[in-house]
Amino acid sequence: MDIGYYPGCALHGSSNDYGSSVRACLNALGARLCELDDWICCGATAAHSLNHMLALALPSRNLAIAERQGYEELLAPCPMCSMELLKARCALTASSDLREKVSEIVELEVQGKTRVLNLIQILQKIGLDAIKQRAVRTLKEFRPACYYGCLLTRPADTVQFDDCEQPSSMETILCALGAEPVQWNYKTECCGAGMTMADGPTTLELSHKILSNAVAHGANCMVVACPMCHVNLDMKQADIDREYDCRHDLAVYYLSDLVGLALGLDEKSLGIDRHFVVKR
Amino acid sequence: MSRIGIFICWCGENIARNVDVERAAAEVADLPGVVCSVAYKYMCSDPGQSLMRQKIVSERLTGVVVASCSPHMHLRTFRKAAAMAGLNPYLVEMANIREHCSWVHHDRQQATTKAVELIRMSVAKVRANAALQPISIPITRRALVIGGGVAGIQAALDIADSGREVVLVEREPSIGGKMAGLSETFPTLDCSQCILTPRMVDVGQHPNIRLYTYSEVEGVEGYVGNFKVTVRKKARYVDMDACTGCGQCWNACPSKKNLSEFDYQMGNRTAIYVPFPQAVPARPVIDRDACLHFLKGKCGICAKKCAANAVKFDDQDEVITEEVGAIVVATGFKLYSIDRDQASSKLAGYGEYGYGQYPDVVDALQFERIVSASGPTGGEIRRPSDGQQPKSVVFISCVGSRDNAKGISYCSKICCMYTAKHTMLYKHKVHDGQAHVFYMDIRSGGKNYDEFVRRAIEQDGAHYHRGRVSKITQENGKLIVRGVDTLVGEPLTIEADLVVLASAMQPAGGATELAQKLNVGYDEFGFLSESHPKLRPVETNAAGVFVCGACQGPKDIPESVAQASAAAGKVLVMFSNEQLSREPEVARINETNCAACFACVRACPYNAIERAEVRDRKGQLVKRTARVNPGLCMGCGTCVAICPSKSADLEGFTEQQVYAMVESLV
Amino acid sequence: MSEQQPFEPKIVAYVCNWCTYLGADLAGTNRLEYPANVRIIRLPCTGRIDFNLIIKAFEMGADAVLVSGCHPGDCHYTAGNFHARRRWILFRQLLETMGIDTRRVHFSWISAAEGKKFQQFVTEITETARALGPYQAYREICQAE
Repeated sequence: MDIGYYPGCALHGSSNDYGSSVRACLNALGARLCELDDWICCGATAAHSLNHMLALALPSRNLAIAERQGYEELLAPCPMCSMELLKARCALTASSDLREKVSEIVELEVQGKTRVLNLIQILQKIGLDAIKQRAVRTLKEFRPACYYGCLLTRPADTVQFDDCEQPSSMETILCALGAEPVQWNYKTECCGAGMTMADGPTTLELSHKILSNAVAHGANCMVVACPMCHVNLDMKQADIDREYDCRHDLAVYYLSDLVGLALGLDEKSLGIDRHFVVKR
Repeated sequence: MSRIGIFICWCGENIARNVDVERAAAEVADLPGVVCSVAYKYMCSDPGQSLMRQKIVSERLTGVVVASCSPHMHLRTFRKAAAMAGLNPYLVEMANIREHCSWVHHDRQQATTKAVELIRMSVAKVRANAALQPISIPITRRALVIGGGVAGIQAALDIADSGREVVLVEREPSIGGKMAGLSETFPTLDCSQCILTPRMVDVGQHPNIRLYTYSEVEGVEGYVGNFKVTVRKKARYVDMDACTGCGQCWNACPSKKNLSEFDYQMGNRTAIYVPFPQAVPARPVIDRDACLHFLKGKCGICAKKCAANAVKFDDQDEVITEEVGAIVVATGFKLYSIDRDQASSKLAGYGEYGYGQYPDVVDALQFERIVSASGPTGGEIRRPSDGQQPKSVVFISCVGSRDNAKGISYCSKICCMYTAKHTMLYKHKVHDGQAHVFYMDIRSGGKNYDEFVRRAIEQDGAHYHRGRVSKITQENGKLIVRGVDTLVGEPLTIEADLVVLASAMQPAGGATELAQKLNVGYDEFGFLSESHPKLRPVETNAAGVFVCGACQGPKDIPESVAQASAAAGKVLVMFSNEQLSREPEVARINETNCAACFACVRACPYNAIERAEVRDRKGQLVKRTARVNPGLCMGCGTCVAICPSKSADLEGFTEQQVYAMVESLV
Repeated sequence: MSEQQPFEPKIVAYVCNWCTYLGADLAGTNRLEYPANVRIIRLPCTGRIDFNLIIKAFEMGADAVLVSGCHPGDCHYTAGNFHARRRWILFRQLLETMGIDTRRVHFSWISAAEGKKFQQFVTEITETARALGPYQAYREICQAE
């Protein structure tokens, strides 16, 4: 199965561990990721606060490339990217005037036909049975708190994925592989996201609450599907421990990490060795 | 050949000042068919009317045009006068040369010219007028009331007290509705059951009320004054006449752990049960799905205990037909459920409040039972999960209501008031407890209403936070309520023992299906539509069908009762005559020309047009056609404009009349 | 016709009985003067107005036609004005296709309380019609046969 792949800036840069993980995991499942030629920034949080048309045009160009390369589906493992792509796609499909205008701006014909999927949706598409068949070990020692963050399910109308307030799609996948996800309360709370640069203390507080709640409900690790969440919960965990004089000691995995482990991949190829909190 | 008389009014100086009435009278005297044309100072005065009557007789007039003021002012007057002189009143037309001419045009020349043209138009019209007879319909002077809540009870009693028979149909085993389950009522805190149950007894004992409980309206045929209603009496497995309501059966019933509908699943009842002690009728019903006799084929303890031999395990549903002349719909409301499963995807539940998974998140009607002295906790405030007394209670208003994301844009109107009441009742029973309210606005319009809310805040110390709750989670037996106080401008977290949701009011289940049976309109939310929001608030577009209470829109008890009495009043006005008399200016279909496309059937706002068949003497189908029921038609004429074959026409405003008016403008 | 006399357009107004007719009555009660060119034809509801009547009015020499009823949501008969509006949207396109000058056809909502609006609307329409001049084109078509 060939899948169009839009890594976005994070998976090429600061979160290249996520990039390795997604690639390794999906390859092991028989899906070949075909990175879009000449992809550009999705606009992320910066564009839409500056210029509405810019915020539409940036992801639209990526959609245009995907269309030109003939991909019906496009994987964007970063929820910010997939949300921006979906927002543009919704706007494009709703208005022919806009399609014309945007096509002119990005200098490529764009219809907004390509479906945009997040990591969980790709795994769902491959199917639980197929994943289970290829699994070589159980994840039963993992009691993860599955953390969706703010963007995977929101805005609900745009992303139309899982239940906005009480999602459970990651749990379903991990349960099938033998893990025992915990029920906890902060699945869709904000980790502080990009505010980590502008307002460190607030981000530390938000992430601290998330980690604490996960631990309080018996989690021995966390699972995320967002590079930004990973930064705040993993990289910043030492800062959180220092600020709140505690020791969470909670490994934070990407969903593809745990699925990869079940498939028999090693930590290095999944990039787990590059995480900050290392499981003892 | 028509013999038309024209009567031009001076209206003192009002018309004569700007219109040369004598010149106008002379100019129109020669119009075809006109045999007399006179001007008079005040046509509406006694001498004016008598002049007209004399001329009708002496000139043997076949049509009259009165050129004076607006027909809204005096058309009725002149038609009545003509009728007194023996002329069919519908052969009288008016030309409005005051409001539309002399009062608005100051150039005497122009005004006179226009007046002449207006008269000419009316003459052209009246030439095509037809003598019409008022439509009269016999009426059955009995009423059906659907729904035995406080609105239905009020309407039934009002109609019955005036001496007319009432058939009252209630779906549940007892009348009383939602109000019977309430604790105390705002703004007086008087006990709900204390004021309602005597009225329920009145209904049960009223010689003019035939009460069908545990019954549903299955079908409605006929039209205003002449409805045939079929009612399904569900098998109760108890002989209503033999039973004395002694209670031996339900005290002995071994199947005790069945969730009580009356306590909103917070308490238990037996399989043979009365929903609550003051039920009317005080006769039990057997719940087949819980009864050991029906489930396992053994038991029958109730039958053994019954001294009156009233238990009938072989009871069957019974279908009854009732003939009534008017119908009052009072089917009431239910509360929006925050659950994940919803009737339509638009109503998506509240994941942020846990989709109804937390036992200590209850809705307002459940809290009423928790507070009620007759409730599952005997009036002690204890929470459902562990029976502990809650020391901190969060009340959330506008749950569903005014939330477009949930597809409910309207305000449920009563929640602000009962939430204030809840905080007071709570504080009166748990002195060291704290009530918190999250609200969007406080809407407390009504007599003594705002004072009541102030009392909740100022005397009983409820903490009101203006803001929404973003999430409720459960942590160590506490409900963690996270929200925002927008007046303080800060997020707010409250650890609560109990959360009470003021869920949106929705029409009771089955209301839209019933509305379809009755041909009554309803809005996108399922609330039944009144005929006119200001002037016909209890009538519906189905003639003879009236609405009251919360089935028409969210409302509180006083409003429901007032509306119920209004509906009863309208029914009684209808019943004050043996025949229903209606204006004959209604639509008719030329059945020979009708192509049976039925565009008119779909366009008619009153469902007054039916699909009919024309058959010959042998009963062979000749053709299909649309047919107007003159008892229902209100005469808007929408069918006339929509009919592609020009088969529909409107008496009083026929195509011929209207085209004649236009043609007279040359 | 003397050269001095200005052109006086002939205007036909189809109005509903419950809103616009009463609005015109109110204009009268308040003595709000407007040009005397308009001839009101009272119908129960705009829903009753067969739009062939518009053509008929032009055929009879009208220079402008006005259709007016209750505001949306205020219809005495619940929905007649919505039917009228829906028909009007289609009919307007048809008129354009037929080549009828749609500047001469006016559709409006005037309530029973809007005497002032009635006055202004009629004044405006009369002035527009006067500026457009006699609807010679239509008359020529009619006489062409």
